[in-house]
Amino acid sequence: MANEGIGAAVRRKEDYRFITGQGTYVDDINRPGQLYAVFVRSPHAHAVLKGIDVSGAAAMPGVAAVFTGADMAANGVGSLPCGWLIHSRDGKPMVEPPHPPLAVERVRYVGDHVAVVIADSLSRAREAAERVEVHYEPLPAVTGPAEAIGAGAPQVWEAAPGNLCYDWEIGDRAATETAFSKAHHVTRLELINNRLIPNAIEPRAAIGDFDRATGEYTLYTTTQNPHVIRLLMGAFVLHIPEHKLRVVAPDVGGGFGSKIFHYAEEAVVAWAAGKIRKPVKWTADRSESFVSDAHGRDHVTTAELALDENGKFLGMRVETIANLGAYLSTFSTSVPTYLYGTLLAGEYTTPAIYCNVKATFTNTAPVDAYRGAGRPEATFVVERLVETAAHELGIDPAELRRRNLIPPDAFPYATPVALQYDSGNYAGTLDAALKAIDYAGFPARRDAAKAQGKLRGIGISAYIEACGLAPSAVAGALGARAGLYEAAEVRVHPTGSVTVFTGTHSHGQGHETTLAQVAASRLGIPIENVEVVHGDTARIPFGMGTYGSRSLAVGGSALAKALDKIETKAKKIAAHMLEASEADIEFKDGKFTVSGTDRSLAFGEVALQAYVPHNFPHDELEPGLDESSFYDPVNFTYPAGCHVCEVEIDRDTGVTRIVGFVAADDFGNIVNPMIVEGQVHGGIAQGIGQALLEGCIYDESGQLVTGSYMDYCMPRADDLPSFTVMTQETPCPHNPLGVKGCGEAGAIAAPAAVMNAVMDALRPLGVERLDMPATPQRVWQAMHAAATPLAAE
Amino acid sequence: MPTVSMTVNGKSVSADVEPRTLLVQFLRENLGLTGTHVGCDTSQCGACVVHVDGRSTKACTMLAVQAEGKNVTTIEGLAKGDELHPMQEAFREHHGLQCGFCTPGMIMSAVELGMRNKEPTEEEVRHWLEGNICRCTGYHNIVKAIMAGARAMSA
Repeated sequence: MANEGIGAAVRRKEDYRFITGQGTYVDDINRPGQLYAVFVRSPHAHAVLKGIDVSGAAAMPGVAAVFTGADMAANGVGSLPCGWLIHSRDGKPMVEPPHPPLAVERVRYVGDHVAVVIADSLSRAREAAERVEVHYEPLPAVTGPAEAIGAGAPQVWEAAPGNLCYDWEIGDRAATETAFSKAHHVTRLELINNRLIPNAIEPRAAIGDFDRATGEYTLYTTTQNPHVIRLLMGAFVLHIPEHKLRVVAPDVGGGFGSKIFHYAEEAVVAWAAGKIRKPVKWTADRSESFVSDAHGRDHVTTAELALDENGKFLGMRVETIANLGAYLSTFSTSVPTYLYGTLLAGEYTTPAIYCNVKATFTNTAPVDAYRGAGRPEATFVVERLVETAAHELGIDPAELRRRNLIPPDAFPYATPVALQYDSGNYAGTLDAALKAIDYAGFPARRDAAKAQGKLRGIGISAYIEACGLAPSAVAGALGARAGLYEAAEVRVHPTGSVTVFTGTHSHGQGHETTLAQVAASRLGIPIENVEVVHGDTARIPFGMGTYGSRSLAVGGSALAKALDKIETKAKKIAAHMLEASEADIEFKDGKFTVSGTDRSLAFGEVALQAYVPHNFPHDELEPGLDESSFYDPVNFTYPAGCHVCEVEIDRDTGVTRIVGFVAADDFGNIVNPMIVEGQVHGGIAQGIGQALLEGCIYDESGQLVTGSYMDYCMPRADDLPSFTVMTQETPCPHNPLGVKGCGEAGAIAAPAAVMNAVMDALRPLGVERLDMPATPQRVWQAMHAAATPLAAE
Repeated sequence: MPTVSMTVNGKSVSADVEPRTLLVQFLRENLGLTGTHVGCDTSQCGACVVHVDGRSTKACTMLAVQAEGKNVTTIEGLAKGDELHPMQEAFREHHGLQCGFCTPGMIMSAVELGMRNKEPTEEEVRHWLEGNICRCTGYHNIVKAIMAGARAMSA
């Protein structure tokens, strides 16, 4: 059992079904008598909906119904809610416009939902959808966040003058101004955090079903958090009592945040199923996903770092305009505020920080959390500033960091932007990464490359993130409309096998294995005797789902607490069976022993007795062995580390090749190192994608130009190198497993590492500004526009 | 409606289909073989890769009627009963999958590489995977799995 417990690279229990094509994803599910839904979507970025004529579509063969926003409104259907209330600097609450599942009056982005056609085959639904006649009166559109705030920009919502949703701040403005007034040097950068499309390979899908015998609705959906969808859709949108609503997230093909939110299509298919009394199935095309999945990032920032003559950071000042899109998606408002501004201390002792964020509406798809959610944006600001400052001052970038890192004996460390970091060894991960990439040997490699006509650069990104969302009291104080605890139930069966029911959801993260490792090692039973159940609200306790690198930190902690309760109860039973006092029972390696004797019972014997309680003292000891726990974290967790990237740029083509990428991360205790490495690899790939390849582009009229995999550059295997990843373990001091979470780290750290490397490579040419993605075209243009002409060879 | 007949995973199948039916739709909907997935609509992602007469083929970019009389193998047809194909074993051993959605197409594509090249290098594997997109793994472990799986195939 030594190779099955905490810390072991156990091969995944869930793999068998995936490698044999027996996974059950939503589109694989077919309900008897099901109908198929196709959405009519706006081809205009902004238009008045003058009228919709569905009569032609409704008359087509096989069409069961055509519904519009007016139909849903007449039926009392509510708005898709936003879960996080943000207040502006002046105390006013954010502007919160309505978000009907099907548009009424106006459409506000290309892809906005206008009508739904439901027919007995997908092809008939598609054909009928083309016969829905919509009379649009196009209006001018605005797509960029900086343009939206500017004077004279088209207004997306009347209630939001200047397209401003909120004007938020964090930190001490006065103290920061003072710090800047004393600065020996100020580094200033204009940074764009490019808009991205998450693009999980499984497109979104949903099936609504209604059982007329019981009045119960079932929604199968590609979600990361089935209970959250059940609560939001049931309570706020469709007004279905929760006990009559079951949400099932079966196998889900990747999420990365984009499958957290409660989407219009979920509400529409569930509502329609109730109306028509037949199952209604919808699966997005990829091009439909492009226009309608929540997008990520999209910040325009001016950032400044003030330093003294020794390179000590005195203050940081950040002004950001963040794009929220046309409507407020579920988490959206929290991403450029409490998941962003609070991370601007980074790993450093910067004493004064001030951040102002203006969030804007635009005629684009709603923007919400995407892997890292605010923390990649913060890390990009901090690490680009630090690296640039180093080069401006002529101080080695690693050395400049060392002078400012929070030392290991300073914890708990209260930052000037609200967080209290719990534990960390930032110099340790910095040193490990630099050693692994052979930082000292870089100058020689650069010279060798130069002789070959290539430009080499090296870049560091020392990051920290706040994960394990979230302590409910803190979240509530900051505007969250829900708590962020997690739940687990451990059901021990009479013959000693165990089912763990968890409120987290695995859409690639391997919880069926890692949570089983936690339970099996605690109970001293083989891992194949533990089954982990997730995703079905009819089976699992109420949990908030998986995002924010929370599943092990919060979900695993709930499991640990439930296991504590199991151990306590099992000891009671063992004490009764062994005729000893509870205090004398020890539990170790799956055995209950009366201390000081060799009288013992195996876990399985106790389990059986729990369910065959022929001689229990029933007023003191209930039968059964089945315990739940809800765990609310006391703090965020703070994974941190250092990623270093080395690039080689071709001067003729502008192509950037990554010749080395090292990640040294501290995730606290590690349950399964193989799975952790996989999470880091995947995150790094997405971070490299943001830095070099990906960018969502809307044109001036609001058309999504990058609307397919033809035009939006997804990282492929030959775009990426193999990675060198390693971990250090500074356990989290405040949760039972001592874990910090690892799912987002790669996406958080990598963009800054890559761009710092690219800028380093191009610095000799005088390139001072280059925005992500640093595509070959952009790099080539920057090289040719730069101050220092390329020398003739 | 034309009738199309082919062999799928060793079994003869026949059905009436609309001419515009894609092979992937035929497999998923007519035959209930949902292991072959649809991830895009521009033939880029490779989640739909199957073998047609031994060659890896994107089932989304082929009409069912074009497979008339041909031998089709899907992910469901790789294992022999309980015995997994060495490439499937390699994916599990090397953690070459996370959400599993790209995995069937990835494995089918890898199997053809293994048939052609007993010891592919990392570069050869990465180049071969041009037509298969994964969003979860960053490809690092997929490459390891395929290099190991190809070698195991010829062992």
